[in-house]
Amino acid sequence: MISFLLRRILSSIPVALSVIAICFLLVRLAPGSPFSSERALDPATQAMLETKYGLSGSLPNQLFHYASNLLHGDLGDSLKFRGRSVNEIIGQSLPRSLLLGSIAFTLALALGIPLGAWSAARQGKPSGTFLNGLALLTLSIPTFILAPVTVLLFSFYIRLCPPAGWGSPSQLILPSLCLSLPFVGVCARLTRSGLLEVLGADFIRTARAKGVTEPNLVFLHALRPAILPLVAYAGPLAASILTGSLLIEETFAIPGIGQFFVSGVINRDVFLVSGVVLVYCLLLLFFNLIADWLTALLDPRISLSS
Amino acid sequence: MNPRPFHLCLAALALLTLAAIFGPYFSPYSVDQISQTRLASPDATHWLGTDLHGRDLLTRLLFGARISLLVGLVGATISLFVGVTYGLISGYLGGRIDNAMMRFVDILYALPRIVLVIVLISLFDLKLKHLLDGTFLAPLASHARLLLLFVGLGLVEWLTLARIVRAQVLSIKERAFVLSARLIGQNTPTILFRQILPQVLPIVLTYLTLALPAVILEESFLSFLGLGVQAPLASWGTLLADGAALLNPIRTPWWLIVFPSLLLAFTLLLLNFLGDQLRKLQK
Repeated sequence: MISFLLRRILSSIPVALSVIAICFLLVRLAPGSPFSSERALDPATQAMLETKYGLSGSLPNQLFHYASNLLHGDLGDSLKFRGRSVNEIIGQSLPRSLLLGSIAFTLALALGIPLGAWSAARQGKPSGTFLNGLALLTLSIPTFILAPVTVLLFSFYIRLCPPAGWGSPSQLILPSLCLSLPFVGVCARLTRSGLLEVLGADFIRTARAKGVTEPNLVFLHALRPAILPLVAYAGPLAASILTGSLLIEETFAIPGIGQFFVSGVINRDVFLVSGVVLVYCLLLLFFNLIADWLTALLDPRISLSS
Repeated sequence: MNPRPFHLCLAALALLTLAAIFGPYFSPYSVDQISQTRLASPDATHWLGTDLHGRDLLTRLLFGARISLLVGLVGATISLFVGVTYGLISGYLGGRIDNAMMRFVDILYALPRIVLVIVLISLFDLKLKHLLDGTFLAPLASHARLLLLFVGLGLVEWLTLARIVRAQVLSIKERAFVLSARLIGQNTPTILFRQILPQVLPIVLTYLTLALPAVILEESFLSFLGLGVQAPLASWGTLLADGAALLNPIRTPWWLIVFPSLLLAFTLLLLNFLGDQLRKLQK
């Protein structure tokens, strides 16, 4: 167990380092300096600024400088939000995005699994077809359609929730619903196909012959092995929620990490962009690790050592 | 399988494509035609209403369909070529090369795909424009961003396909017909593309129906954020964003949000359904 975790964490390090190097070089290679604005800077000032932020010299040197700061836990200073460090920006905005994301993640699973289980149990009947169609429908309606439509419906026509902002729990309802709904469909379909496969297995026939009632059959016997594909999907799901969050934060004016990322890219804010990408990358690696660990936990046939 | 819904779905998609190609020619309005009837709600003259500048929404939606469908098609095709070639080579060569190639895929997998496209597009937009300006491709320079969008979306969608193809090739290359092809002296590219490629083609084509809605979705996502298709051009994403920008509690022009949403969601639903049925057929 511990050796599995250690090995996985060690193998993630080169991946994270490559991601950082690629990202840093991409932003630095791009035309346009982070210091260029409407007012022209005189070359001496520009050179001084570049030296101050460690952006002078050859590219490998800059990268080395950045990486050595990273090892000390210093993500650098934002070039656009002067006087604020990237550590500070991420420290303030990440918890908001994480809260929103984890609510959406929970909602997607909490609504998707029962929907999928139900439609699998009703397989072949009209209600099963309907539920499956419902799942296909929700996964075909992307976040950026849901956001304006739900604001129009539930903030302006029926005044239920505030249309934007951050701070009160009621301001969380619409964004987290919009963020999770497309993935409810994905989770439902994964649960359904997993269940349908398992429900045809021998041990289910045995359980049924022993007189286990149908709901118990589905939820106690079949769900655990059937949920494996869903667990494997946890990593990609986390990634999709992260990117979906970019858009939700823009439309609902939530000061999360996604907003800073978008403005960072536009302003060539090299340290901010690299810092946020590093956070994204670490989160993804973490979720994939958890997913692999859970898979082994749920399926005794998979061993962690191999 | 009941072929009826499958055929209906194909017919609807064909109709949509035809409407996108020929529709704008039948419209009495041109796509940028500004008029005094601003924000008119749907009526007999403007079937789906007009936008902030009095432009006809139906005409703009049909025009936007061209861009959205084109980006989807080109992006998915690029991802197909890159993914299949990469997977074929990696799987067939095996060993250390395979290992290195797959580590590279792992690294790209560790990034949210959209994030990579955003970085690529917004950073290299100007550079590509300058590059094109100097060559015979100068007329394309004003569409540099669109070109980057094609390439960028295609270049992030291939990862999954490369893994699938590689896994297939790993088992196919051990089969007898590959050995005999090698024995009669065929060279590696011939074996790869003449012998192995036809074997993986069914999976690849099914994957195309998955990639198509994914790319259309990603393009609209980027355009909605203002990072994709730019102003004189319009796609479903930008039209939706224009509508969303006019959201206000007093009087929102609902048609500017509802109709682009319906069209986009309907298209995605059709494509997803089609892919679903094809996958079922393969099992």
